[in-house]
Amino acid sequence: MSTKKNNVAININHVSKSFRLPHERYSGLKQRALNHKRGKGFETQEVLNDISFDIQKGEFFGIVGRNGSGKSTLLKLMAGIYSPERGGITVNGTLVPFIELGVGFNPELTGRENIYLSGSLLGFSRKDMEAKYDAIVEFAELERFMDQKLKNYSSGMQVRLAFSIAIRAEGDILLLDEVLAVGDSAFQQKCLNYFNQLKREKKTVILVSHGMASVERFCDRALLLEQGKIVKMGSSVEIAELYESLFLDDANKKSSQNTKSSKQNSNAKIALDAYITLDDKKVTAVAANKRFTINLELVSKVNLDSANIGINIRDDLERVVFSTDTRMKVGEIALRNGEKKKIKITIDNYYTNGNYTVDAHVVNEGSTDDKVLIRCKGITEFQVKGIIMHAHSLFHPDYKTEVESL
Amino acid sequence: MERLKRVFSKKNRALLVELVRTDFKLRYQDSVLGYLWSLLKPLFLFGILFVVFDVILKISKGIPYYPVYLLLGVMLWNFFGEATRQGMSSIVSRGDLLRKVKLPKYIVVFSATISALINLILNLIIVIIFIIIIGSEVKPLAVVLIPVLFVELYLFSLAISFYLSAVNVKYRDVSHIWDVVLQAGFYATPIIYPLQVVADYHPGVAKILLLNPVAQVIQDARYLLTTDQSLTMGHVFGSGMYYLVPIIIVISSLIIFGRFFKKKSKYFTEDL
Repeated sequence: MSTKKNNVAININHVSKSFRLPHERYSGLKQRALNHKRGKGFETQEVLNDISFDIQKGEFFGIVGRNGSGKSTLLKLMAGIYSPERGGITVNGTLVPFIELGVGFNPELTGRENIYLSGSLLGFSRKDMEAKYDAIVEFAELERFMDQKLKNYSSGMQVRLAFSIAIRAEGDILLLDEVLAVGDSAFQQKCLNYFNQLKREKKTVILVSHGMASVERFCDRALLLEQGKIVKMGSSVEIAELYESLFLDDANKKSSQNTKSSKQNSNAKIALDAYITLDDKKVTAVAANKRFTINLELVSKVNLDSANIGINIRDDLERVVFSTDTRMKVGEIALRNGEKKKIKITIDNYYTNGNYTVDAHVVNEGSTDDKVLIRCKGITEFQVKGIIMHAHSLFHPDYKTEVESL
Repeated sequence: MERLKRVFSKKNRALLVELVRTDFKLRYQDSVLGYLWSLLKPLFLFGILFVVFDVILKISKGIPYYPVYLLLGVMLWNFFGEATRQGMSSIVSRGDLLRKVKLPKYIVVFSATISALINLILNLIIVIIFIIIIGSEVKPLAVVLIPVLFVELYLFSLAISFYLSAVNVKYRDVSHIWDVVLQAGFYATPIIYPLQVVADYHPGVAKILLLNPVAQVIQDARYLLTTDQSLTMGHVFGSGMYYLVPIIIVISSLIIFGRFFKKKSKYFTEDL
């Protein structure tokens, strides 16, 4: 039991948190007196409701959720900035947070002074920081600017410095909030590489992000929050899909009547079209166990270094029965402006009778906030028929049944 | 004891040093005379008060070494005002920081008041120069007792800072209220006028004035560094026992306001 406990980096035990929101922000005695007469001048908003989970040592843990789902509050609770209203949080080891673009810098101090100041705020002595100093400056690529006041830095430089301090401080647990919006693409790439290194070194990292690609790529496990509650905790791939489906559901509700119109968006940077073929002939129905092809034709109106084109196949009940993207098999694709490409995805039809819908999307992997360039729901459809069966099973793979006498 | 050890752990000491260092660096940045200003300001105030009350109003009659006497009072009061004012605004002005990292909140109040304390100690150099030039009667005991008095005054300022900084998070009015209180306090404390004047008028009033820890510290410091004629507890009450009153005020305010601060500090980051 004790060994199990030792492996826990952060234990969150039935934590709840609510904020008292004043109806009108009053910060004076006069308003206070006036509000008093009218009764309560605030309402209570529950932000987190009975959250419990453990983060293991050496784990890359993702926390995802929509805006206002309570992610940031949870993060601030873990960092000890807020104190929980009910429940308890145990943190084993030194925790380095990177929240809202870093530790409070002072614009009037030089870069060098700010490094030492931030270090002391994170709990490191001057001596500790002297040892880490070179690595921080090198990572931030700001060698020439260290003796200049921070107010003369560009915002990108400030963020780079803050981020470098956070990751080079080398605490036991690293808490990262929306870091992938940091810096230019070269610096972002460097951060991604560093994440890989952290992963290899088995560091405990907690990543809060809207970018599902990075969550899927780095996190071992993830947690989906919705309205202050844990919807699900599981593998990062599973959680990322669930998160995406939250938005798909919303999109569905909004545009249930005009699914076709979403097919071609005139503003889109990419034009997409799709059809189904069987033996190079366009079809709308596919017989069981035949090999058929989903053809995606796209015309790019921009230059893209690393586009990732993916599809989902949904059944009548909106269940995703198949999902893939080009990265899984052939990698990311470069597209030039005006270039036309055709992507062929050939699969065995193991589906049972029914109507199936294909969704397609193109994601620009070169941009870290995961710009979805286009997402077409129901870009094409097909029917499966010809399976002589009455079972309501989802799949109908090629199989045989034998009877042997013993 | 264990708790005190945690309060002054190595980590917290390093943080305190860094915050005080930053404070100092920033305060006099971009000014030509820089640090000298913190010496010059009380000196100018002293000059003004000296001209008005000694040269024009001649209120100081009978007080030997009045310049040292006045300077000590001005500097100690100045420290009290500076420490409490900076302590009061410390939490609000570091709000940006507190919302991003977990910090022991009291360290922020410490650092603000300690900057003022360092100023006071440096100001003492000027007092010593005055003492040497004017040649006042310094008691040998001063070497031991002056630091004790400084500690007492510092702890009192710290206690008040704890209270004010916590209230200031929610009600910014306190900064204005405290300014007024300090103004009134300046005249309710025997700084420019000798306590003897009050005692002659009504001994009871002098007693009440002296129960204020700031007044007690000022009068004792004057007694030790300038002249026997500075009235202390012994003179006014006829017994040293009454020292207990200001000491109890300091200790109990430190405990009560410290607890109050601790209780409120949980919600600073939300209320800021």
